[in-house]
Amino acid sequence: MDAKMETRHLSFYYAAHQVLRSVDLKVKGNQITAFIGPSGCGKSTLLRVLNRMNDIIPGARAEGEVLLDGKSIYAPGVDVVELRKKVGMVFQQPNPFPKSIYDNVAFGPRVLGMREVSLDEVVERSLRAAALWDEVKDVLRKSGLALSGGQQQRLCIARALATEPEVLLMDEPCSALDPQSTLRIEELMHELKQRYTTVIVTHNMHQAARVSDWTGFLLLGELIEYGRTSDLFSRPQDRRTEDYITGRFG
Amino acid sequence: MPRESFNRHLRELQDDVLVLGSMVGKAIERSTEALKKRDLELARQVIADDGNINSKRFEIEEKCIELIITQQPMAGDLRIIVAVLNIVVDLERMGDHAEGNARIAVMIGDEPPLKPLIDVPRMAQKTVEMLHRSLDAFIERDGEAAKKVSDEDDEVDQLYDQVFRELLTFMAEDTRTISRATRLIWVAHNLERSADRVTNICERVVYVVTGKMEEMGVSKY
Amino acid sequence: MARTSARNTQRLALIFIWGTGAVALSILLIIVIYVFVRGLPEIGWSFLTTPPRGGLSGEGGISAPVVATLYLVAITMAILIPLGVGAAIYLAEYAPANRITGAIRYGTEVLAGVPSIVFGLFGFLLFVTALHLNFSILSGSLTLACLLLPTLIRTSEEALRAVPHSHREAALALGATKWQTVWRVLLPAALPGIVTGTILCVGRAVGETACLYVTMGGSAGMPDSLLSSGRTLSMHLFYLAMDTNAIEKAMATGVILIAVIVITNAATNWLSQRFRTRMMGGA
Repeated sequence: MDAKMETRHLSFYYAAHQVLRSVDLKVKGNQITAFIGPSGCGKSTLLRVLNRMNDIIPGARAEGEVLLDGKSIYAPGVDVVELRKKVGMVFQQPNPFPKSIYDNVAFGPRVLGMREVSLDEVVERSLRAAALWDEVKDVLRKSGLALSGGQQQRLCIARALATEPEVLLMDEPCSALDPQSTLRIEELMHELKQRYTTVIVTHNMHQAARVSDWTGFLLLGELIEYGRTSDLFSRPQDRRTEDYITGRFG
Repeated sequence: MPRESFNRHLRELQDDVLVLGSMVGKAIERSTEALKKRDLELARQVIADDGNINSKRFEIEEKCIELIITQQPMAGDLRIIVAVLNIVVDLERMGDHAEGNARIAVMIGDEPPLKPLIDVPRMAQKTVEMLHRSLDAFIERDGEAAKKVSDEDDEVDQLYDQVFRELLTFMAEDTRTISRATRLIWVAHNLERSADRVTNICERVVYVVTGKMEEMGVSKY
Repeated sequence: MARTSARNTQRLALIFIWGTGAVALSILLIIVIYVFVRGLPEIGWSFLTTPPRGGLSGEGGISAPVVATLYLVAITMAILIPLGVGAAIYLAEYAPANRITGAIRYGTEVLAGVPSIVFGLFGFLLFVTALHLNFSILSGSLTLACLLLPTLIRTSEEALRAVPHSHREAALALGATKWQTVWRVLLPAALPGIVTGTILCVGRAVGETACLYVTMGGSAGMPDSLLSSGRTLSMHLFYLAMDTNAIEKAMATGVILIAVIVITNAATNWLSQRFRTRMMGGA
């Protein structure tokens, strides 16, 4: 399986403060990759590098290369909007717009001017993919904020899927949800694997172990270890990984 | 210190394994002694005590399950608990073999011995020594020591070959010895199987250290 | 011992609070009731449809001031809203966080508190005189827009800032450009606050007297263009009170003004409520 996305000697800075140190990493296509590590280790920053969401922070600067399908995403002349169409993101706090469910999902296609398929089709398709269609198909005009927390997060997933991305980034998508909703979304991630490449940041190791195929452990901005989830969790190579996973620190 | 109580539970678990190991070692020694000395009382003791070995094994298994539920062990911790679960199975089987030898001692009763028992006690001694060293290797997480112990299974196998050939000769020369000889072969076989079980324990020790299961010392039988 | 003294203090405090509340309410009620009692009888169809005819006894009605007020408010809002909301968008979303922006914001705060007569003077010098617009509704509108601009900028900026940052992130992550984010997500989300601020400005505009006094001219006739001079309801009230002895007519004008304010505030509240329900999830 080829690398869908890749970083080469990626270092990242917020003004003078270095947050990522020479990270080399390959995200495999159609697999779920998880980033774990203690607070402040840089895992969220690493995730946001992949769709250049860090650009909105003043003083943010990247060194090294980040590739999508072999092409650098930081090269001059790269269209960030096009990048974000292909690399979607779901956030920790469910954040549907104060609009109807329909308008939430249709937002991406509308702003991107996607006219190839009808909006109704896109909305239905996305809501089905997010396992939310059956629950909301009769109330599409209802406000997105009227849904429960777990439903809102699935709505956000549907919204992200509506732009037909190739990669889906998820920043601690379940930490604001109750256990049932969490499990539903983990189920959903498995289903989505067939069509999307997923990268998830989580502070819950057990979730990473349950959900992901590949896991990367970060500490103070360094990628300490990266490998198949079953290997990393049963026989980690690095002492620091072992200590973190067994809860002996952090 | 994080996970102090978990660390304590792990230590207690390992201590329990040592206790079980010592119970099994004694069972092997005493059953062999009972055979040598025709001590039927000792033999019956060993048979009765096998119940304790079984209980201890289940007690250890319960503790492992509880640790899995409550502590969600990962990496090295997980391998230790998995190893313990497997080791106690091997130990319990070794206990069964020792009980089997004790039953044979009772069956033999006070029949005249075919020959003075020399090789069989040596097999027993070797097996018990291997057992203790393998469990030490487990506690010390010493993969190299475990591999050495595993290699010594060859000695036990050789002793078994000797015993087997000797007894075959007996049986060939005098058919009246068949019954007694066969029982002795069975005793030796129990000990040889026990030594193989120790090899399994050594494999688990290496697993705990490296995370990989390697086949060690394939048995001839 | 301590408990009883605490209880007593509590009782005293309650009496004081209720007392001051009652006094404040009473004063307001007295004013309103007084105005209504003296003014309501004057209000009739002819009062509302005939223009003021001047004279010591204040003949005529308030048709011309009503029309002038409507024109004034309409033009003021037409100038004010694009400028105010636009500036708010700039400050909230595009302005870099540096000292110049800080200075602009501080200036806005200060201007919001400057007395309206100062703006009136400014309007007189710039619009009436320098730009030769003379005393006119247009001069009044422009001056009023200047007066209300800081307030609208402030309330609109606040409304925009109140939109959670997560909405911006979500929109950008979906591929929206900055402008699309502002236009399609932030403005709609901030709309309740912006509308409320706008309606409050309308209320203030209706009640403004001092700055219009020196820019609109005060003509009692029906205005026929934006460059005509005119008088608003509040100006008319002032003239009636000062130059005539038709106190009842002044009171009646006051009643109309109070009614307008009440309707304005009620509309604001109702709209706020409706927006809130819609945002929180009602149909």
